[in-house]
Amino acid sequence: MNSYSDFAVETIGLTKVFGATRAVDGIDLSVPSGLVYGFLGPNGAGKTTTLRMLATLLRPDGGSARVLGHDVVAQADAVRARVGLTGQFASVDEDLTGAENLVLLGRLLGHSSRHARLRAVELLDAFDLADSAGRQVKTYSGGMRRRLDLAASIVVTPELIFLDEPTTGLDPHSRNQVWDIIRTLAWEGTTVLLTTQYLEEADQLAARIAVIDRGTLIAEGTPGELKTSTGRGALQVRLHNPDQRAEAARTLSRVLELPVHLDLDPAQLTTPGADPERATLALAELTRAGLPVATFALGQPSLDEVFLALTGHPTQEEAA
Amino acid sequence: MTLTPTAPAGPAPGASVRAALATGARPPAPGSLSTSLTFAWRALLKIRHVPEQLSDVIAVPIIFTLMFTYLFGGALDGSPRAYLQFLLPGTLVMAVLLATVYTGVNLNTDLGKGVFDRFRALPIWRPAPIAGALIGDALRYLLACALVLALGLLLGFRPHGGALGVLLAVALVVVFALALSWVFTLLGLLLRSPNAIMSVAMVVLFPLTLASNILVEPDTMPGWLHTVVDANPVTHLVTTARAAMAGSATAGQITAVLLASAVIAAVFAPLTVRLYNAK
Ligand SMILES: Nc1ncnc2c1ncn2[C@@H]1O[C@H](COP(=O)(O)OP(=O)(O)OP(=O)(O)O)[C@@H](O)[C@H]1O
Ligand SMILES: [Mg+2]
Repeated sequence: MNSYSDFAVETIGLTKVFGATRAVDGIDLSVPSGLVYGFLGPNGAGKTTTLRMLATLLRPDGGSARVLGHDVVAQADAVRARVGLTGQFASVDEDLTGAENLVLLGRLLGHSSRHARLRAVELLDAFDLADSAGRQVKTYSGGMRRRLDLAASIVVTPELIFLDEPTTGLDPHSRNQVWDIIRTLAWEGTTVLLTTQYLEEADQLAARIAVIDRGTLIAEGTPGELKTSTGRGALQVRLHNPDQRAEAARTLSRVLELPVHLDLDPAQLTTPGADPERATLALAELTRAGLPVATFALGQPSLDEVFLALTGHPTQEEAA
Repeated sequence: MTLTPTAPAGPAPGASVRAALATGARPPAPGSLSTSLTFAWRALLKIRHVPEQLSDVIAVPIIFTLMFTYLFGGALDGSPRAYLQFLLPGTLVMAVLLATVYTGVNLNTDLGKGVFDRFRALPIWRPAPIAGALIGDALRYLLACALVLALGLLLGFRPHGGALGVLLAVALVVVFALALSWVFTLLGLLLRSPNAIMSVAMVVLFPLTLASNILVEPDTMPGWLHTVVDANPVTHLVTTARAAMAGSATAGQITAVLLASAVIAAVFAPLTVRLYNAK
C-alpha cells in the first residue's frame, strides 16, 4: 500500500454502487496539496458521487480515501473540521437572507453571535453581496447564489475546498468572478478540488486534471499533457468573400489532408483535428491563392474530442 | 455579452477575498447545546420569512374549538358552554398533536435540499439539526396552546386550577407532543415525500386522537372500544390536562404522562438518530 504523504486527497480503489449503477468504479487518485485540481467528466460520470464520498456525505462501498491525512470513514469528523464544500446545487438556505445564512454557519462553526455577524459582513463585502445581504436567497441571481455559496464555504478558511461544478449555468461575467475567487483561494494556500464538464475551465484553473468517465479514471495529468495526448483542435477560417468558400475548402483540404466542414455562416469553414504546423501553411496558402482570410482561430480540442481520443467513444449521457 | 467592455461591478474580488481568507481562523468547536439552539434559531427565522407555515397551527385549533363546542355542545351537555368546560383541554391536546406532523414534513423537505449537505459536512453534533427543529416546534405548540386557551376563555371556559393549573396542563401537552414528534422525524427520514408523511400521519393520528376521551367520556362506548380508549396514552394525557386545569391533578396522573412520553421518546428518538446518522 502507498504511504499517504503530502497529498491533500488520496484514494485507492474508491467505489460507490447504486443498485445496478457503478457510479464510481475503483478510482485511484492523488491530489497534491496547495493547487487547483480539476475533475473533468460528462454528465453521470461520477464526479458528484466521488466528491460526496470525499466530503464524508456518502459512505464508500469499496476502497479507501484519505483527505488531509484522515480516513473519510473512520475519521470523518477530522475531515469535516478541515474542509469546505460547495455542492452542485445551491447549498445555502433559500428561505433565509444572505446575511442570515452566513451568521448561521458562523454560529455552527463556533463563533460568538457578534463575531459571526462581523464575519458575515466581511464576507458579504468581499463577495460583492453587501447590497443584497438582507434579501432572501431565493431572490438572488444564479451568480449571486454561487458567490454566497462560496462565501459560506470559507466562513472558516478551509485547508481544502470541494467545488462541484462551480460555474455551470453562470454567464461569462459571473463565471469570471468565480474563477477569480477560485484562483485567490489557491493563491492563499487552500487546495481546491473542483469538478467541471468543460475542458476550457479545467485548463484555465487547474494545475492538474483527472478525466473521469462512467465511474473510472481515464486520464490524469497537466492540462498541457492532456491536450497533447489527445491531439488537436479545429482550425476555423472566415473568408472576406463568401463566394470563394468552395475554392478555399479545396485548398484547406489539400494542405491539411483532412475533410473540411462548411459552417452555417456562409463565409466560414472548419477543419477539426488540424495539426498546428500544417494549419499555418494552409493559411499562407489561402493568401497566396488570392483567398483573403478575415479571421481564423485554432481551437483547443473540445471535451468531446478529448473523450473520443481517450476512450474511442463520444461523451454520453449516463451509461446507456 | 455586450460588445463594449463594461467595468465589473465593485472592486475586483482578489484583495478583499484574500483579506477574508486571512482572517478566517477556526474558533473552538461549539457544544451540542449551542449548536442545537442555533438550529432552533434557524427554525424561528424560517417562521419569520415563511409565516404561512403557521397557518395550520393557527387555523386548526380555532376551527376545532368552535366546531366541536357548537356541534356537540347542545347534544352532549345541554349547552355549548357546559360542554366547553369539558372539551377545551381535549381540543388543546388535539390541536397540538396534529401539529406534530409538521416536524416530519419539515425535516423531510429540508433533507432534500442542498443546504443539508452543508450541515452534514460540518464538524457538529450530528443530531443537532433535528434537536434544534424540535425546540422550534415546541414554540409552535405553545402558540397553538395559547390560541386555544384565549379562544376558550373568550367563549366562557373557566379553569378552576388557575394559571398554575393551566401552565401545568400546557407543559404536559408540549412534553408529550415533543415525544410524539420523534415518531414523525422517523417517518420524515423513512418516507419519500411530505405527502406520504401526511397520509401516514392521518392513519396514526386519527385513531390516536378520536379513540380517546377528547370528545366524550368512554362510559357509553362498547367494552372493546373502552379498552382501547383506556390503553391510549392520549386518554391519560387528556385526563391529566383536564384535572390540571380543574386544579385536581394527582402526582400519579402526572407521572403517567411523563412516563408515556419517555417511553415513546426512548423508542423513536434513538431510531431516528441512528437512521439519520446512517444517511
Ligand atoms: N442517490 C443515487 N441513487 C441512484 N443512482 C445515483 C445516485 N446518485 C448518483 N447516481 C447515479 O450515479 C451515476 C453518477 O452520478 P453523479 O451524480 O456522480 O455524476 P456527475 O458526474 O456528478 O454528473 P453531472 O455532471 O450530471 O452532475 C449516475 O449514473 C447517476 O444516475
Ligand atoms: Mg454532479
